[in-house]
Amino acid sequence: MSVTFSMAHRDPRDEDLIKGATGDWEIILGLEVHAQITSKAKLFSGSSTAFGAEPNTQVSLVDAAMPGMLPVINRYCVEQAVKTGLGLRAQINLRSVFDRKNYFYPDLPQGYQISQFKDPIVGEGEVIIDLAGGRSVSVGIERLHMEQDAGKSVHDLGPGSSHVDLNRSGVALMEIVSKPDMRSSDEARAYVTKLRTILRYLGTCDGNMEEGSLRADVNVSVRRPGGPLGTRCEIKNVNSIRFIGQAIEYEARRQIEILEDGGSITQETRLFDPKAGETRSMRSKEEAHDYRYFPDPDLLPLVLEQADVDRIAANLPELPDDKKARLMSEYGLSAYDATVLIGDPATADYYEAVMKSGKPGRDAKLAVNWVTSDLFGALNREGRSIEASPVSPKQLGELVDLITDGTISGRIAKDVFDSMYKTGRDPAEIVEKEGLRQVTDTGAIEAAVDEIMAANPDKVAQAKEKPALAGWFVGQVMKSTSGKANPQVVNEILRAKLGLSSDD
Amino acid sequence: MSDLTKLTLAGARDALKAKEITSVELTTAYLEAMDHAQVLNAYVLPTADKALEMAKASDAKLAKGEGGPLEGLPLGVKDLFATEGVRTTACSHILDNFIPPYESTVTSNLWRDGAVMLGKLNNDEFAMGSSNETSFFGPVVNPWRRHGDDAKLVPGGSSGGSSAAVAAKICLAATATDTGGSIRQPASFTGTVGIKPTYGRCSRWGVVAFASSLDQAGPITRDVRDAAIMLGSMAGYDEKDSTSVDKPVPDYEAVLGRGVKGLRVGIPKEYRVDGMPAEIDALWTRGIEWLKAAGAEIVDVSLPTTKYALPTYYIVAPAEASSNLARYDGVRYGLRVEGSDITDMYEKTRAEGFGPEVRRRILIGTYVLSAGYYDAYYLKAQKVRTLIARDFAEAYKTCDVLLTPTAPSAAFAIGEKTADPLSMYLNDVFTVTVNLAGLPGISVPAGLSSEGLPLGLQLIGRTFDEETLLRAAFALEEAAAFTAEPTAWWKA
Repeated sequence: MSVTFSMAHRDPRDEDLIKGATGDWEIILGLEVHAQITSKAKLFSGSSTAFGAEPNTQVSLVDAAMPGMLPVINRYCVEQAVKTGLGLRAQINLRSVFDRKNYFYPDLPQGYQISQFKDPIVGEGEVIIDLAGGRSVSVGIERLHMEQDAGKSVHDLGPGSSHVDLNRSGVALMEIVSKPDMRSSDEARAYVTKLRTILRYLGTCDGNMEEGSLRADVNVSVRRPGGPLGTRCEIKNVNSIRFIGQAIEYEARRQIEILEDGGSITQETRLFDPKAGETRSMRSKEEAHDYRYFPDPDLLPLVLEQADVDRIAANLPELPDDKKARLMSEYGLSAYDATVLIGDPATADYYEAVMKSGKPGRDAKLAVNWVTSDLFGALNREGRSIEASPVSPKQLGELVDLITDGTISGRIAKDVFDSMYKTGRDPAEIVEKEGLRQVTDTGAIEAAVDEIMAANPDKVAQAKEKPALAGWFVGQVMKSTSGKANPQVVNEILRAKLGLSSDD
Repeated sequence: MSDLTKLTLAGARDALKAKEITSVELTTAYLEAMDHAQVLNAYVLPTADKALEMAKASDAKLAKGEGGPLEGLPLGVKDLFATEGVRTTACSHILDNFIPPYESTVTSNLWRDGAVMLGKLNNDEFAMGSSNETSFFGPVVNPWRRHGDDAKLVPGGSSGGSSAAVAAKICLAATATDTGGSIRQPASFTGTVGIKPTYGRCSRWGVVAFASSLDQAGPITRDVRDAAIMLGSMAGYDEKDSTSVDKPVPDYEAVLGRGVKGLRVGIPKEYRVDGMPAEIDALWTRGIEWLKAAGAEIVDVSLPTTKYALPTYYIVAPAEASSNLARYDGVRYGLRVEGSDITDMYEKTRAEGFGPEVRRRILIGTYVLSAGYYDAYYLKAQKVRTLIARDFAEAYKTCDVLLTPTAPSAAFAIGEKTADPLSMYLNDVFTVTVNLAGLPGISVPAGLSSEGLPLGLQLIGRTFDEETLLRAAFALEEAAAFTAEPTAWWKA
């Protein structure tokens, strides 16, 4: 599919421009994302779609294009496409048409791919992408259509022969075509990230790029800021968000170099080689295709009832943007924190469970930090998902409360958390059994301060001259109390004894 | 009974039910007749063992007073229908030795109702042809000959094996398919009855595709009653075919004999084409008189877009065929001719696997779908197709069925038209409109040409109104009282 360049005007941002030898250049980006529809069965046959099965074990007579076999649309896949369209706030077309895209390839058994060409199931929509510094940009969606995936050709099983695995043949894909609304690799990466989040919220695509469930064709062109559009190149089948960024950076610079040398860009299809970090032209033979699209006479036009669309709309889950807005207003979170939480619906769910498990008034900001830094860190080290967290939301909430009410210090809380994570025990129990309750008894702290000052008269003298050195004493006191002393109290007593004003 | 093959399908059914004969006796009589008719080349694969096995099973059911509507009745199956475990090639080299692991829905319906399979019948390669001369297995010979002339004639096509086998009584009835006239024209050439039902009436699942939006299965039989019985079993909704229609199948046999009193029969003036032989024109006029005499009201109607039907058909059908036949690539089944690389293998396989007529249509179809030509050809043809359907809808405001000739000539000699594809394509001039509009049509034998060859008249009905169509056909058949038979010259 090609992107139509009919874009709303957007003033170029200086930080997005690439400085060339002859002046600034603006990058124009449009993406075609292929997302595998989450469905147990294929788009036009009942075969399984499970990943990783033995080659050619998930192939029906239809998938293998045996003589006289006919496609029958999988209504569940249609619902999934509609759901996705609604999630992209897009126009749902009540009448759409399946076309045949004709070409010969051994992993395309029918000799044509069933796709939607002129009349896709979903029309124009929008994705709001979230960028650094809380900046948001709207990226237009041109269309979404359903199509069949091809099989897989395997060329390395033996010399002089190729093999074909038809397990993927006929698997349902959605091709989501953006408008050329992105201006930097950051925006492109944010777009795919956000799109993937939306698909995961909807449950219409698992977004697994390693397994090929989500891949992107990236259209790149460059122009003088605000000037006429340049010729674009399409980088096919990029299968990671990092690679999308790398491919764009390389391709934009390649095009600028050619243009600045007085050359011109040839419209072509290119491949990204992650090892070399560069894009390469695909053979021109691949592009000479005339696909001879025409409506598939084996399938009637796909007609939906508005009532069906309304029913799907009514059952739509909360979408990421709505959840973000709600988290910000309900818990007073910053845009940044809310964006981090909504990246994965399970994370946002976990956070909300933390906030709802205890009594009202739990520290929302502190809770975000514990979820996104300490819990994430621990889970990531083990490659665990948040659903498999050994610390329950209720337990993490109790830990937050223990910090807020001064029972333990933030420093001790980290140890308590480690223990919770290892043993699954409640934080209050750990604090009690291990005697970790914070010491706020000024007498005990004074004694500890006196002891250390007496042992280090030289440092006392220095600290009186240079108040910054007082920090050393705080550290020593904390050490001698095994971190249980309330750091604020330690600081006050220390400053008083050193004769420093509390402003120093 | 002396010669069991003389019974019609209905007659044999009644004799079996009455236990006057057994299916094994009947089937054996047909297998013997098939043996003696090999010169006709109607069967490309007789399945004698399977036939006897099925016949025995039917006899066991009949003995207990059980069995379906076609219990024990031996039929021939056009080689376009996939038959499980039985070679199915569409009479193309490219499907050499292809043995499907599945059974087409239409033949499944027949076996469900108790029918016995005698074997696979010859047809034009991928059903592309009007004379059964494009078959990889060679031409079929029409059982009919001209008076005092031994020249071998074509049985029509593409269902030439089906029409010849029914005319020569080497099956009780046969399955056939019709994309532009492939049931009705062969029926007309052989003095048999052929009905193409409404598009969507019979499932296309398991039928090797030629042009998906036009292909429809139907029977070729000895008379209208047999056609009604066969269609009743073949038809029905199939969720595996998205274009099949979920409507109950009526009891077609029950409507026969209700007469045509008050029925409005439309006569489309545009079917009186230039160069139509006088005897066909005369036959048509006779048909009109017969129906009038039987109480029908004759109405003149106009189908102004008729002249565009043939060119429209020869754009739409090849376009769909060029895509439908892309799957025959040597990769998974059928013929493979090794090559130096994948493209070379494709080219060699398809060049050797497809005959000249199929190659011609793939080329035409590829051309009309190409960028730059799509709008002028394919898109335009689809628009004309809409107009053709509208013409019929308009005509049916003033009539209930249409009466026309089936074909512009009687059977011609083998080899007579193979050098001139256009004159061959003209055979379909009266039949393609019906496919383009998705309507049901039937050919009924109505007389003999001056040379002694059968000629058919075609009745065209409203969508899903096969009942009225069959009722009118039955009346036409009664009036025509066509009893001529070919002399059995082929019996060795």
